[in-house]
Formats: sequence, C-alpha cells, structure tokens
Amino acid sequence: MGFENLLLGFQVALQPYNLGLAVIGVTLGTIIGVLPGLGGANGVAILLPLTFSMAPTSAIILLTSLYWGALFGGAITSILFNIPGEPWSVATTFDGYPLARQGQGGQALTAAFSSSFVGALFAVVLITLFAPLLAEVALKFGPPEFFAIQLLTFSSFIGLGGGSPLKSLVSILLGFIMAAVGLDIVTGQLRMTFGIVDLMKGFDFIVAVIGLFGIGEILLSMEEGLAFKGASARMNPRVVWETWKVLPRYWRTFVRSCFIGFWMGFKPGGATPASFMSYAFAKRFSKNPESFGKGNLEGVVAPETAAHAAGGASLLPMITLGIPGSPTAAVMLGGLIIWGLQPGPMLFKEKPEFVWGLIASMYTGNVIGVAMVLAFVPLFAAILRVPFAILTPLIVAVCAVGAYSVNSRMIDVWYMLIFGVIGYVFKKLDYPLAPLVLALVLGDLAENALRQSLIMSQGSLLILLERPISGAITAVALFFFALPIITPWWRRLRGGSVPAASPRET
Amino acid sequence: MRAADLTTALVLIAGGALVIWDSLRIGIGWGTDGPKSGFFPFWLAVLMIGACLGIMGRALGDKSGKPFVTREQLRPVLDVLWPAVACVLLMHWLGLYLASALYMGFYMRRFGHYPWLAAVSVSVVFAVSVFLIFEIWFLVPMPKGPIEVWLGY
Repeated sequence: MGFENLLLGFQVALQPYNLGLAVIGVTLGTIIGVLPGLGGANGVAILLPLTFSMAPTSAIILLTSLYWGALFGGAITSILFNIPGEPWSVATTFDGYPLARQGQGGQALTAAFSSSFVGALFAVVLITLFAPLLAEVALKFGPPEFFAIQLLTFSSFIGLGGGSPLKSLVSILLGFIMAAVGLDIVTGQLRMTFGIVDLMKGFDFIVAVIGLFGIGEILLSMEEGLAFKGASARMNPRVVWETWKVLPRYWRTFVRSCFIGFWMGFKPGGATPASFMSYAFAKRFSKNPESFGKGNLEGVVAPETAAHAAGGASLLPMITLGIPGSPTAAVMLGGLIIWGLQPGPMLFKEKPEFVWGLIASMYTGNVIGVAMVLAFVPLFAAILRVPFAILTPLIVAVCAVGAYSVNSRMIDVWYMLIFGVIGYVFKKLDYPLAPLVLALVLGDLAENALRQSLIMSQGSLLILLERPISGAITAVALFFFALPIITPWWRRLRGGSVPAASPRET
Repeated sequence: MRAADLTTALVLIAGGALVIWDSLRIGIGWGTDGPKSGFFPFWLAVLMIGACLGIMGRALGDKSGKPFVTREQLRPVLDVLWPAVACVLLMHWLGLYLASALYMGFYMRRFGHYPWLAAVSVSVVFAVSVFLIFEIWFLVPMPKGPIEVWLGY
C-alpha cells in the first residue's frame, strides 16, 4: 500500500528543482542552527513568507530541509564551541566539547552527524509505515476526538515537561487566550479587541515565534555574555572513515536512543527531554560510566540519535492529525494553512503528492544534510567566529524582516519586540515557551472542536469521556494533568525524595 | 527572582481579569447555535488566574533571594533593546532597509568599536542583500522610505 505512494513521493522529491531547494534549505538551516538566537522554529518562521509564491510541495521541502539543517547545525556549536545552539543539543556538549578539546573534534562531529542521520532515518521509516495507518484512523475522528487529542498534547507538557506544572499551565492558557483575540470566526463577534483596530486581526503566531525565540534568545545570550572560544576540528575523509569503523560498536545505544527519541518526540515537548534521557540511559548501561562527561563518543551518539529521532517523530502528528509535535512543526503547520491546504488526515486522500513528496524529501533531505555538513563543517563553524557586534544586530534585523514580511504590517514588528521581551522574562522565570506557541497555533482549532463537541452533546462536557476513542485519549490526558499532583504523593508513599526538575523544551 | 515572579503573576492576573470582563460582555453562556463567543476565553482566563494565584503562593515561600537580573547582566540586554526599538520607530519614516542598515552600523560602531568603513560596508551589504532576496527574488515588499522613492521604487 505505502510503497508505490513512497515511489510517487520520490518522483516529486528527486526533481532537480526540489533537490536544489533541499540543498538550499539544509545550508540555510545549518547556518541558522549554528547562529545563537536563530533556531529551527524561527528560521522556518522567517523563511515562511518567502514560500507563499511557491508550490506547496516545494515549499514544504524547503522548510523541512531547513529543519534538518538546523538540527545538524546545533551539533556543530555544541561540540566545537560548547554552546548548544538548540536546547536539544545541550546533552551533546557533555562529551562532545571535551572530545574537541582533546583534539578529537572531527571524530565527535562525525559521530554526531552520523547519529543524527540514523535517528532521523529511523523516524522517517516509522513515519512512512505508520502515517497512512494513523491518517486512516484519524479519518473517523469527530470533534470530540480532536479536542481530546489537543488535551493530550497539552497535558503532556504539564505531566511530562518537567519544571513547574503551574507555569506550564499558564503558558498554555496564555497562548489560547492570545489565539482568541480578534474576530471570532464562528459568531463573527470581536473579542478582546477593546476597540483597537490593530487587535482585530489577532496575534500572528509566526511573529510570536520570531519574537519569543529569536529576540528573546538574543537578549538572553547577551546577558550571559557572548564569548565564542572554539576548539578547532580537523575533518578529512580519513577521520570520518575511522569514526565510522568504531560506531557500529555502539549499536545498542543507537537502537535504544532511536526508540526513546521517537517515543518522546511523537508527543509534544519531545526532543530535549529525549536527548537527556537517552544520555542518562547510555551512561547507566555503559561498562565504564565514569568516562562519560570526559569525552566518550557514546555520550555524543546517544543524545544526537534521540534528538533527531524525536525531531523526525514530531512531524508525524503534524501530517496525520494536523497537530504539531514541536514549535517548528507548528510553524510548518501554519504554512500549510497559508498555502491553502487543510492539515489533517484528509491530506493523504486529497493531496497524496504533497504528503508523500514531503515524506520522501525527509529521506533525501537527510542524505543531503549529512553529506553537506560532513563536507563543509569548517565553513559553518567559521560563522561563529564572526564577532558578536556584527552577529547581534544582524540577527535582530533579520528577525524584523521576517516579522514584517508575514503580513506586511509594521505593527507586527512591534509585536515581535514585545514578544521578545516576554520571551526573555518568561525564559528567566521558567515559563516554558513551546506550549505557548503551540496553543497560539492550535487555539482556533481547539476552540472549534470544543464548541462542536458541546453542540453535539447539547452542552455536556461528558461527551469527551463517553465516546470510546475520545474517552480513552481524554483519560490519558487527565492522568497527565494529574501527574504533578500524583507524583510527589506517590514518592512520599514509597519514601523516596523529590527528583530535580528535568531540563525544559523551548 | 521573587519580586519578578510576583509581578509577572500579577500582570497575568490583571490580563485575565480584562479577558473575563470582555467575555462577560459578549456572553459566556449558551447562544442559539452553541456556546457564545465569550465562553472559551472566559474559562481560560478563570483557569489562568487560578494558576497564577498558585504561582504567587509558591513564590511567596521562595526565600532564595536570588536576583532576577543583576545590573551587569541588564546592561548588554538594554544595549540591544533600545537601539532595536529606535530602529523599528525609524522604520515608519525611513523604511526597513535604511533603518536596519543604520541600526547595524550604529551597533557595530558603538559596541564593536569598528572603523567607519567596516560598519558602513557591512550595513550596506546587509540592506542590499535583503533588498535583492526579498524585493527582487521573492517579491515580498518591505516598508520603504524616501531613499527608495528617490531611487524609483
């Protein structure tokens, strides 16, 4: 069933034009991943307006390639500069940077890229197998089921996100409230505009992403003081080949990390906890755990594999259910809507060349990505040697260009600055930003699903629990919501101590 | 940290109250065709205020006394922020290209202590490349000012 569809996809993805876009996407993505303050999510957000005039399939290929590139780029800065360009590369610094300091940067980079490739490929293969099935199931979903999935999405931020559950909850609610600002499309009523014309159109989530992640991140890194002291890496075919000969030894770590990554990444909040979890497992199962943190190649393999498996997996719910698993996927989902596609299971039926082109491009994008980063690491690393007094205003200016071009409105540039300050404050106070962005994207969908469900049941919320599929999903969601309350209670019962908060997703 | 936590929660509560007030105005009950417009925001705001009160309760118990931001940390942050605000303000009159070029040049001169030549050339190269990529290649127009008009755009 899936195989000829995949062939169809490859016919799309392998067209020279689309291959060229993939190369451009990977290059830009890697640069964006290397630069502080420009992550995958807002790289995609800034480029999104440029794709409005492209064919949807080509546009999504460009953006997913950018996403892969950003994932690869994060590894370069973590290993050579000890600066995690992305939150999910924090765990990579633990062993990557010591390796680079010992003059084995080439090995560490090769291991990181190869692991990323394996992780991503694993995720893409699973997507190829499961996406059509999931879409098939999702076709039978009604509004209650969709609302239940939304509940599950957000409950996993609260139950599994780590950090303060109350603050996660506030982030989610704030995102939903901001999504509701403006015209209510169901009744045609204006909400929360307080007579201000500029508020009528509401807040654009792309602008929010650029502000929260781009400007907010720059402000944070300014505060910490930008100082790039990089180790250099020798990369040549021999180093790559020698490392590849060693890597199969870690097959257990690869397999374990792939599964951890996919499992965590499928649910929102994924890549960062997945990378830490995978690192912790690799250390625990290792024969010499004390060598971790001092430059163990396995300590690079584990988090990179998991982060990329998670990064790939977060695209699965986006294409099958129309519910993104990460902020980057959320921005892409916004892109689908702008290109005139209705995200969700119907895409498989209505636009097979789009869906399968996208899936096939994940294969090609990864192959291109790994080849390019292996070949051009020194060039990408050189970006960070550009002094901060040039990089900082450059990034701010690029963000402003991106924010303006979304709707061609000056007010959006102001929003971007405001969101930047909010992002800075929230990040410092430990309010997670990812759920806020997801809520902002999904707000209208969630509200409509809830309203339609309530209309179906004449106002009873119990409908969410009464239907079998939505009932099961809602039950799991309620369990996750209750988890922060249950966990300390359960631990006290067993006489354990409360664990340290796990690192958060941005 | 504590003061910042409390202030943020208070601001959010005030925002929540505003949302509740507006939602009550447009109706939070059952209309002729399902829940009224105010229904969803109303309950979101109620929950948010509840959660904020919880956060404030937690924050009051926080005795760590860690400052939210020190003076030395805040300086570079403001150094980025105020020229950026000025730049966006200038965009209204000068257009995006000129304003962002001025911003880059200013930042490089003032905080990077670059020679004039470097600052000017980097900012001009930036503005021209954005122009080529957005305006010419992808046909995404940017706000323009007198310079662009003078050049015939």
